[in-house]
Amino acid sequence: MTGIGLGHYLTVAAILFTLGLFGIFVNRKNVIVILMSIELMLLAVNINLVAFSAHSNDVTGQIFAMFVLTVAAAEAAIGLAILVVYHRNRGSIEVEDINMMKG
Amino acid sequence: MTDLPIWVPAVPEMFVAVAGMALLLIGAFSRSDVAERIVTNLTLAAMLVALGFVLSVGGGTATAFGGMFVTDVFAIFMKVLVVLGALLAVLMSREFLAHEGIGRFEYPVLILFATLGMMVMISANNLMSVYLGLELQSLCLYVIAAFHRDSLRSSEAGLKYFVLGALSSGMLLYGISIVYGYTGNTGFAGLAESLAANGPAEIGLIVGLVFVIAGLAFKISAVPFHMWTPDVYEGAPTPVTAFFSVAPKIAAFALILRVMLDPFGPLIDEWRQVIVAIAIASMALGAYAAIAQTNIKRLMAYSSIGHVGYALMGLAAGTADGVRGVLIYFAIYLVMNIGAFACILSMRRHGDPVEGIDDLAGLSASNPRMALVLTAFMFSLAGIPWFAGFFGKLYVFMAAIDAGLYVLAIFGVLASVVAAYYYLRIVKIMYFDAAVEPLDRPTSRTLGFVMVVAALLVTTFIVYPAPLVNRAGEAARSLLAG
Repeated sequence: MTGIGLGHYLTVAAILFTLGLFGIFVNRKNVIVILMSIELMLLAVNINLVAFSAHSNDVTGQIFAMFVLTVAAAEAAIGLAILVVYHRNRGSIEVEDINMMKG
Repeated sequence: MTDLPIWVPAVPEMFVAVAGMALLLIGAFSRSDVAERIVTNLTLAAMLVALGFVLSVGGGTATAFGGMFVTDVFAIFMKVLVVLGALLAVLMSREFLAHEGIGRFEYPVLILFATLGMMVMISANNLMSVYLGLELQSLCLYVIAAFHRDSLRSSEAGLKYFVLGALSSGMLLYGISIVYGYTGNTGFAGLAESLAANGPAEIGLIVGLVFVIAGLAFKISAVPFHMWTPDVYEGAPTPVTAFFSVAPKIAAFALILRVMLDPFGPLIDEWRQVIVAIAIASMALGAYAAIAQTNIKRLMAYSSIGHVGYALMGLAAGTADGVRGVLIYFAIYLVMNIGAFACILSMRRHGDPVEGIDDLAGLSASNPRMALVLTAFMFSLAGIPWFAGFFGKLYVFMAAIDAGLYVLAIFGVLASVVAAYYYLRIVKIMYFDAAVEPLDRPTSRTLGFVMVVAALLVTTFIVYPAPLVNRAGEAARSLLAG
């Protein structure tokens, strides 16, 4: 080990995950930013998985990361498709405008 | 089962996957005016065949694909409920979608793929298959929620469901990655082994476990992760809401049961307090927030949040009796919810669907038969004795008391008293309020048939409960033995 150990990777992943989480809740502007935040969370998870996998010499985590990448791509495609449909109906993708239903 | 090929336990799933892809092709290559009818009929047939496969897999516990996939009596029980729910949802959607002009052949295929995801969730025996099944189900459901794509409400429902669903998947995954890091395992058998061997759990592992619970609680819409439920239930087309309220909920609950009791079983003292807290919060919110609702779909959303709270009592008990209670609860919940939604789908005025609770006023005069069956469903949902819903509650409450969770049981009883108010209010509106303008007479034979059969099941369960109770008991034992 050259000074960068498991703890460093986990810290980076935790910071990225938290940024993604806050990107979803604090963001008041644009739904695209939410999609990016979701992606950030999933990538943080991948860092975690790969770091643990390398640390424990077990390949499962890396396989899992591959699956997560694949599913994340499908998820982004579907999210964007729904966003296009929404924009066609509403004419806006501001987070504050998503307020038809409340209660 | 050693002499059989390793994929035999997964035959129902493989059949559904192949059928789904074939139906997509059939839909794409048939004439566009008949595609929807053909694909819907074939989907119904495929679901019936899948049901046959599920039932014929056999009762023993068997794994496939290197332990990724497991089938046991518990899985079969839950899969039967889920496939039945999906089947009824497709059956009930046809006329509604045709009337709204949004019928497309993709709809039954999406439901079929969502069902496949749920079957994989139920049979998952590894955190990887948990995630893949969950995502297959969720991705289909996001699309179905936004299926009425020219309606602002439906697309908003889809968007909200997508954002919060993706967030919950992210939390679940983060939890899974931490659990994997601490135990070096993603398989349920390996996890259970290493968790049992390691003695008291480390704090990091508990953090991972809590993330996993949070992700799963989103999927079963337990408080405090319920905020998407009312909006999605209100915005999505009504038959889609009927589907959402049963099949995905049952599948996600099967998943949470298996994950908590099988790999995380050794940590029961750690997760029990979390489950107790979200059960109490769900029951309370389900009871109080529903009181002020004016839209019946939104009311059913809060009602389903409450029901998840009651079912979580069985999980908190963590015993075979508790699991049996949950299984009975969801079998009954499936019947009464599908029945109630058959009534909601029949609510039309001048041919257009209406969703207000006030629109039911005077139903007892204009359509006494529908008023009567809807009353039966409401009494059952409220848990009034001799209707089936009462027994669902009875079994989970008994399990909670046997496990010493007195506070939880007392909360449950109090919450169901409050919840009875809004169910009975619907009955009162139907029988004692004067109608401004009566609803149309329901014309759909399918909905009428579903309503009557569900009402018969709900009212006569008390006479002959043994088959369901025994099957659920077997299923519960198979889950806890594995």
